Amino acid sequence: MSQYIIRGRVHKYGDNINTDIISPGQYMELSYTEIAAHAMEGVDPGFSRKVKPGDIVVAGKNFGSGSSRETAPIALKYAGVGAVVADFFARIFYRNCINIGLPVVELPEVEDINAGDELEIQLLEGKVLNITQGKTYQFTALPQHILEMIQEGGLVSLLEKKVACK
Amino acid sequence: MTLAEKILARKAGMAKVSPGEIVMAKVDCAMMTDILGPRVHIADELKRLGCPVWDTSKTVVVADHYTPAANAKQAGIVAFSRNWAREAGVDNYFEGMGPCHQLLAEKGFSLPGTLMVGTDSHTCTAGAFGCFGTGIGSTEMLGVLVTGEIWLRVPETIKFNWKGKLPKGVMAKDVILKSIGDIGHAGATYKVMEFVGSAISEMPVDERMCITNMAVEAGAKTGLMAPDQKIFDYLKAVGKTDYEPLYSDVDAVYSRELSYDAAKLTPQVACPHEVDNVKDVTEVVGTKIDQIYIGSCTGGRLHDLAVTASLLKNRKVSSQCRLMVSPASHDVWLKASKAGILDTLAEAGAMILAPSCGACLGLHSGALASGEKCLSTTNRNFIGRMGSKESEVYLSSPATAAVSAIEGRIADPREFFKGG
Repeated sequence: MSQYIIRGRVHKYGDNINTDIISPGQYMELSYTEIAAHAMEGVDPGFSRKVKPGDIVVAGKNFGSGSSRETAPIALKYAGVGAVVADFFARIFYRNCINIGLPVVELPEVEDINAGDELEIQLLEGKVLNITQGKTYQFTALPQHILEMIQEGGLVSLLEKKVACK
Repeated sequence: MTLAEKILARKAGMAKVSPGEIVMAKVDCAMMTDILGPRVHIADELKRLGCPVWDTSKTVVVADHYTPAANAKQAGIVAFSRNWAREAGVDNYFEGMGPCHQLLAEKGFSLPGTLMVGTDSHTCTAGAFGCFGTGIGSTEMLGVLVTGEIWLRVPETIKFNWKGKLPKGVMAKDVILKSIGDIGHAGATYKVMEFVGSAISEMPVDERMCITNMAVEAGAKTGLMAPDQKIFDYLKAVGKTDYEPLYSDVDAVYSRELSYDAAKLTPQVACPHEVDNVKDVTEVVGTKIDQIYIGSCTGGRLHDLAVTASLLKNRKVSSQCRLMVSPASHDVWLKASKAGILDTLAEAGAMILAPSCGACLGLHSGALASGEKCLSTTNRNFIGRMGSKESEVYLSSPATAAVSAIEGRIADPREFFKGG
């Protein structure tokens, strides 16, 4: 499946899921896999065991507020999360997600989406299909160069193509 | 143009920029910490790409989160950062000297009219010097280290006009907590907070840095202030005179303006578990506290320690709580020591800790147990921030923290200034 389409089940959270919840400070000295095992621990200690590859985190306002720690999107990505959908994001977290190739979607209709719903996110078309509820939501698709970065797996892959220091 | 727009225009080599525009800006200072620096992709990827650091004189590495290390893993991360700096030819390496934002100021990297990026969200602290400081992720830092540039969306600016004189017992921390409480913790997302007014210009540099430090707690890209003679004097003292300050135009366009009478401000406390859950101290007076923490890049500067010592002189920390003080840098420690401040604090019963980020995010030196409450002069009170998920963090000024340490409960510092 193209990385432009993400399909998975919803794990639903509220507003202000900050970086200390997503990636608690005390585990940051561990490996990415171990950090991922503690993802979302502040509000949902069982998260990393429940999440299946491609699952989608859906939350309310101000997702990812607080620290610049890249271990927050890394924790979600390593736990298997395919994309994050929120009403809106804190800016550093938003940039970090794109830079490591974790798709982020701003969607005002997040309240409509329930835990366990199956979603299909079409990044190119700017559409979220709620397969469980039979609904479609529109969002402003990211610019082409940002989508390319996500497709390439993040900023590093793009840098590889652009710079030739070797 | 606003100060933020002018700095980005200068760094993008453009005559004019407008909010919403995306510019490619040249970076004057790129700072990495130990926790989110070389060890998070950066070292490996630079090696794989075969790229050197674009400008080692503009690159700074600060080992501040895991110093002093609590265990072998943390020590390993510090060692990795130290070795990477040496191999990469980065001479600006500081270890165990205190939180990066204080050091960046003391070492003369926070310069008016420049652009600073750092792998720590509180890089906005540099805004007190009229420097556009902003936090970025580690991968983004890799891009900066390779190219010396970063893309930024030109942000709108919200103006906070604090006029008048702060009452006794009310500090800069109360100003920023009140400001964040009013606009909310996402109230400045993607925007800049610019602080103006006589209450700001009256403040010493230490106090100004407390305000800009917390701009990110309202979601802001940075917090800015107009550099003045106090800033020029500070920079001269650290050996910096070569910079060109910028200022907002009188006809600059702001997305929102808020005005305050500083004389009416009361001590503020941010209650668990959000920084914008701000209450007047009188609403929480009497709340029992287990630990008081005075320190960090927000609330551990010389002015903070001096205020704390003035309140604790000839008094004792309550037997019902513990007071921990971590000076914000080695330099702050030395100055506080020479001024007798550390003696006063120790005589009152305080535990004096190393300059470090440790306790602020529960890494070491002052973590909280389940059920414990802490009143802290730091910047975040998120769930589990300072240790157990079942602990609670309240944020206040050093004055409120000091008098609360005497009482063992949250107390109102104005009570201690009555008649004096």
